[in-house]
Order: sequence, then structure tokens, then C-alpha cells
Amino acid sequence: MEATVAKTGTEGKTWGGGNQPLRASYGKMMMWFFIVSDALTFSGFLASYGFSRFKFVDAWPIADEVFTHFPFLHGVDAPMYYVAFMTFILIFSSVTMVLAVDAGHKMQQNKVIIYMFLTIIGGAVFVGSQAWEWATFIKGDYGAVETKGGRILQFLDTEGERVAIADFATNIPTSRDAHVAKNGVWYEAEDTQSSFSVEEIKAGFLANDNLLVRTQYKDENGHQIVLSREESVQKIINESAFVVEGANLKHNEYGHPLFADFFFFITGFHGFHVFSGVLINIIIFFNVVIGTYERRGSYEMVEKVGLYWHFVDLVWVFVFTFFYLV
Amino acid sequence: MAHDHNLAIFRGTLKFKSNVAKIWGVFVFLSIVTIIEVALGIVKPAFLMDQTFLAMKLLNWIFIILTLVKAYYITWDFMHMRDEKSSLRRSVVWTAIFLICYLVLILLIEGDYIYEVYRNNYIKFNF
Repeated sequence: MEATVAKTGTEGKTWGGGNQPLRASYGKMMMWFFIVSDALTFSGFLASYGFSRFKFVDAWPIADEVFTHFPFLHGVDAPMYYVAFMTFILIFSSVTMVLAVDAGHKMQQNKVIIYMFLTIIGGAVFVGSQAWEWATFIKGDYGAVETKGGRILQFLDTEGERVAIADFATNIPTSRDAHVAKNGVWYEAEDTQSSFSVEEIKAGFLANDNLLVRTQYKDENGHQIVLSREESVQKIINESAFVVEGANLKHNEYGHPLFADFFFFITGFHGFHVFSGVLINIIIFFNVVIGTYERRGSYEMVEKVGLYWHFVDLVWVFVFTFFYLV
Repeated sequence: MAHDHNLAIFRGTLKFKSNVAKIWGVFVFLSIVTIIEVALGIVKPAFLMDQTFLAMKLLNWIFIILTLVKAYYITWDFMHMRDEKSSLRRSVVWTAIFLICYLVLILLIEGDYIYEVYRNNYIKFNF
């Protein structure tokens, strides 16, 4: 086989190969390449969120009026606390990850096992919390009415407290035939029906004199504009077209539908990263347990997945700021 | 590389005895910053909400600066950027920062322009 080996005469010189100008191994370099490109993907998401927010700046929902729930605390107004909790979970799992990397440098297999296990638990708790956050957001809170132009009208009483549509809608008995494939267009499925029809909302609104409408538009001070009773009645009678409960990709009871779209895409994309991070961590965890890296004499794989895990934490720091705080 | 850690943070004012101690120190610091952010987000002090600097509320400036501080310590201490060669550090950090700043600047200016168009033209969007 010697005939195939080409000697260039540069062995051991600068351009002879084998140099590590950045003093990082191939695997670590590739992880950094991936992280930079993924950071650009996330910043594309967050920048387009900023674009849409600036575009509809007078009609954008205020995040701490949207995310006000905490598990097991029904009816308690707790803006921000749950997201703060999630942030701490993720930062803490970053800490255990970096402790695992540190233990790996010292070749302490048992410590790596413990810290990686804690990291996986932290990641799982975070993904679970995000699922709960999504479920709460999708289920909705008070309900609202969408106008013909797609604007959201929310309901307040005269004291300025939010009123749920279920609390005032009049029950009008009607019957409707559910769409079935054999009676209609076979490839179209029945839409999800809201709990109340527009007619029931209109009747209930007229019957309760203390109800006002809050539009999605904000005044100069950043407060959403509340209409007078006469304007509210006009708006509801003439323009309401659709009852919205919760949020999905088309309708959003909290305000502009783009807010819900970006919420689902950005936190969903991040949650997918956390999920895949947990899976990769589990694979590496079992490799540590069976002693692969002990035999290899290097725990650099732990360091590489650690880089990915910290990156996921880093992205969350930005998502937290731009979605929930600013 | 892997075994010689730079153990000083805050430009050398705080030096830790071991790498593990440094990790916990950074964790405490990040927690304090997060608590400050959450507290400000809940309280929303009026004087920070009313004042603006370069078309942005002071409160939002504080949030963004604190976020960049947190990002710095996550990258430098958790991702070991402090221990890498400066050439690796610069090629990762400045590439990303330049491209992201450019994208954000362009998109935010464009978004604000479209907002002005929507507000000042003759088509009625509120129906």
C-alpha cells in the first residue's frame, strides 16, 4: 500500500496538515458551526416577530396580560411567574450540564452520570411546562368576538374587569345538522364549533347594560381602548362575525392572530430543540453509564452536547426577553 | 486547553478557586439578573415606562442590556468561550452579532415604515 501514500515534503511544516489553528477538535468546530447557523435561524424568527410587532404596534397584545396563569392556582393573576420558573429550570439544567462537562474533564464517571441525569430531568420539566403553557394558551381565558375585518373585541364590565363570554351569553336553543361526509363535500371536515353563537353573544350583550367592549387598539399610553356603551352596542350589533375561544393559527382571542402564530412557531421551535436536546442527552447519558468515554479516555462528547444544551438555554434567554418582557 | 480554566469573571475582580466554584458563582449571578428582570416586568416602574431613549422605553433598554449580559456569561462561562482561542471566539461571536444586528435593523425599520403607511393612508382597516 505504500505506493498510494504521497509524500509532499511538507510534513511537520505549517501547511503540512495536522494543525489546529483554533485549538478545537473537528467535532467541537462543527458544533460551533451548527450553533452559529442555528442562532441565525432563531434570530430570523425573533427579528420577523419584531417586524410584525412594529407593523401592528398599536394592536399588539401585551404578553403579561396573556400569560397570567400558574398551575394549580386557578383564578390567581400571576403574570410572568410561570415563565420565570421555566427560565430558572433551564438555567439550572445548564449548570448541571456544565458541572457534568467539568467532571468529565476530571474523568469522574459517576459524577458525570449524576449531573447528566439531573440535566435530563431539568429538560423534561421544561418541555412539560411548555406543553402546559401551550395548552393554557390554546384553551383560552375569557373568549372574544372577532369582527368582519378580523379585529378582536373583548368584554369588560363598567369597573374595567374582564368578563368571560360564558358569563353573559344568552342561551338560544337552535338545532344544526353536523356536517357528515355523505351529505356534503366529502373532503371537507366539520369545523370546531364555538360554545356560543354570535347571536347568543349579541343577545347577552344587549341584555347586560354593564358590559363594554375593549378593542385590540391601544391609545397613546399603551392601554387598550375601551368603547362607550353606545359605541360598544353599535360595534357588536353591526360588526361581530365570529366567536373566538382561545388561540390557534387563524384566530386569537388575545389580539392579533400573528401574536399566536409567532408564539407557536418560536416557542415551538425552541421546545423542539429542547426535546431533541433531551434525546441527545439521554443517548450520551447511556454512553457514559456503559463506560464508552471512560474507555475512550476522553469525555469530549459530553462537552459537545453540553455546547448544544447551553445554546438552547441561550436562545431561551432571548425568547424570554423578546416574547414575555419587552 | 481543556484543563487550564480562566477562573476570573467581571474583568478579573472576582476570582474563583476552582472551576466548579466559578460555575456556581455564574449561576448565582444569572439568577440575580433574572430575578431583577422578572421583578421589573411585574412592577413596571412608571418612570421607566414613560421615559424613552432612541424611540424605546428605558425599561425595554434595561431588559435588552440585561439579556445581553446573561448571554455573555452563558457563552463565556457555560460554553467555555473564555477558555477558547480568541480567533475562535471572534469568528463565532462577531459573525453572529454582525448578521443579527443587520437583520434586526433592516426589519424593524421596514416594520415601522409599514405601520406608518397603514396609519396614514386612506384605506380603513378597522371594521
